[in-house]
Amino acid sequence: MDKDKKTTILNLTDEEMVNPGNRACSGCGLGIVYRTALKALGKDTVLAVPPSCLTVLQGLYPVAATKLPCVNVTFASTAAAATGVRAAMRATGRDHLNVVAFAGDGGTGDIGIQALSGACERGEDIIYICYDNEAYMNTGVQRSGTTPKGVMTTTTPIKGKIQHKKDVPSIIAAHGISYVATASAAYPLDLYDKVKKAVSMKGGTRYIHVHTPCPSGWGFAPRYSVKIGKLGVVTGLFDLYEIVNGEFSLTGESAKSVGKERTPVTEYFKTQRRFSGLTQEIIDEMQGIIDDKWAAYTA
Amino acid sequence: MHVIESGNVAAATGVKLARVQVIAAYPITPQTPLTEKLSEFVEGGELPAEYIPVESEHSAMAVCIAASTAGARAFTATSANGLLYMNEQLHWAAGSRLPLVMCVANRGVGAPWTVWNDHQDTISQRDLGWIQLYCADHQQIHDTVLKAFKLAETVSIPVMVCYDGYLLSHTYMPFELPEQEEVDAFLPPFAPTHFLNPEAPRNFNSVTLPDVRPDLHGNTAPGYMEIRKTLQGDLRRSLTEIEAIDEAFGEIFGRSGTPFLEPYCCDDADYVVLCMGSLSYQLHDVIDTLRDEGVKIGVMGLKVYRPFPDAAIREALCGRKRVIVFEKALSYGNQGALYADVKSALYSAETRPAVNNYILGLGGREIKTQHLYDALTESINNEAAIGDEPQWIGLKL
Ligand SMILES: Cc1ncc(C[n+]2csc(CCOP(=O)(O)OP(=O)(O)O)c2C)c(N)n1
Ligand code: SF4
Ligand SMILES: [Mg+2]
Repeated sequence: MDKDKKTTILNLTDEEMVNPGNRACSGCGLGIVYRTALKALGKDTVLAVPPSCLTVLQGLYPVAATKLPCVNVTFASTAAAATGVRAAMRATGRDHLNVVAFAGDGGTGDIGIQALSGACERGEDIIYICYDNEAYMNTGVQRSGTTPKGVMTTTTPIKGKIQHKKDVPSIIAAHGISYVATASAAYPLDLYDKVKKAVSMKGGTRYIHVHTPCPSGWGFAPRYSVKIGKLGVVTGLFDLYEIVNGEFSLTGESAKSVGKERTPVTEYFKTQRRFSGLTQEIIDEMQGIIDDKWAAYTA
Repeated sequence: MHVIESGNVAAATGVKLARVQVIAAYPITPQTPLTEKLSEFVEGGELPAEYIPVESEHSAMAVCIAASTAGARAFTATSANGLLYMNEQLHWAAGSRLPLVMCVANRGVGAPWTVWNDHQDTISQRDLGWIQLYCADHQQIHDTVLKAFKLAETVSIPVMVCYDGYLLSHTYMPFELPEQEEVDAFLPPFAPTHFLNPEAPRNFNSVTLPDVRPDLHGNTAPGYMEIRKTLQGDLRRSLTEIEAIDEAFGEIFGRSGTPFLEPYCCDDADYVVLCMGSLSYQLHDVIDTLRDEGVKIGVMGLKVYRPFPDAAIREALCGRKRVIVFEKALSYGNQGALYADVKSALYSAETRPAVNNYILGLGGREIKTQHLYDALTESINNEAAIGDEPQWIGLKL
């Protein structure tokens, strides 16, 4: 990414693919992710979307918040549906279009992982964007595979989640696809450039995993979405990186943090009610995991 | 052209002649040779289509749903547990009004495992909003695949083409293979009015509310219930289309005339056996024997199960002494599903025949001619329990 010219707020396109006003909660990180990614994808794009907060954001029949053609599909089938759209595009001479799956963390890393793994293994010519709000938000904040350890959800209501977060982008990267990237709703220009790069790498499966703060599910005031998203990155908890044809590199804010002192992760935990049950032991454990990970980055 | 091939190949050649554009399938016995044949057609360049070797049946139907929404003619095939693994997707395909065609090589459903034939897989999927067609031999499999695409695209409803696993899928029989030009004349290219297209963007299958709702221009758009009522109305109307397509098919290919029920020795019959699939042909022998003994009996093979051709059934059965329904499936805890449907169709008939129900051939249990003969004589001689309890043929314990 560093070699390429970065997009700035001054040369970002004014064209919007999302209609003003939608059904997401105020302050929703997905609003930023969706708007930014669709700007980067542009008009020549077809979307496949499973049930999630995004289904609701996109509007209730007969009103639609998106200006792009979209097929809503069943929860487990997003990557297979995108596969089908691509096959039809090849069959009907419209192969130049972007085919994009846009799904939540549950739809991606839990119920949808079989279809996604199948699509990655076949190397389907699709872009898959997962917005990770770290729980099943649409059904009322239940734990998912990507919910971090210790988090209170409606299905981990007393003790918090016992297991660690599932590392979905690494699982996808293990398929050896051409492009895997992570991004954050708090750094939309970094996300924009990554989506652009994914578009430019047409031909294989491209996957972008986006950390997406959710005021309603995480327990913070809507105005703090960006602040909290940034804290997630500067504490080293959620890293911004790219794996281009197997080559790993940190990008943006994460690349800048290498070798520098990082904000302690408690600063991030403190901002959200979902972490209110964390014991000192879990906090220390999490800080230890982050420190070990970053020690490897520096090496 | 006259060929001798398996039932699965009869289906595959139909799919090829229909110029399908996207195929997605996952192997399961006894459907497997059909998907193998299609991969061969595609890889060998005989069929210019996309073949997606998906990782599950759920994904096979997802690919078909999405490809069809994007404007391509799409096909899949499965059996038994594969069909059931698709269940959510099958409802989705019907609700989305997509003209998919799927072959099902009928097989019993586990547990316990069985790979052999009965009809429990597709009968358990009768309430999806799909059209279900059943075939009695290889010619019917081939012809029904072609007619299924025409029907699906005429009424915007997906169609299942069902044929008996092993009994038809793996046996070899002669059948007539039409020329590509004839098929092209019968089945023009798929040209949907709405499809995934950035030039005219639409959001397909979005969330509906319990009530109707105005759009941005103030026009009232249907709610879930209106959308569902339309599906039901169009399914019922598709009975007329099935007749019209049967006629159009006959004009080009010379085979037509029995769109719903295929009768054998039924003109003067007091007793009529009703069943689906290859069993109706297997029964010809038994009917011949009973006719020789002076019994006025015939058999009707039902070719369309959903939408249920109740008027045709009433017309065909009204005035008979007795109807005997043979079924390879059961609505567990009640009766044979076809039996219940036939009785309900006959309820408004002027003179209602007695109706008996026999369950047979589950999990591939051999259906012996003698067993069929015994069951029919029992029924005719009024020895069968006339209540609603189905009788079981060929039980050994
Ligand atoms: C097969 C199936 N199981 C369960 C559901 C119910 N369901 C709808 S959305 C959802 C959670 C979505 O979570 P995620 O993918 O993380 O997206 P989010 O709502 O968090 O944006 C669930 C469980 C469903 N629609 N289909
Ligand atoms: S629950 Fe969270 S992710 Fe869903 S719309 Fe509200 S803020 Fe956005
Ligand atoms: Mg989520």
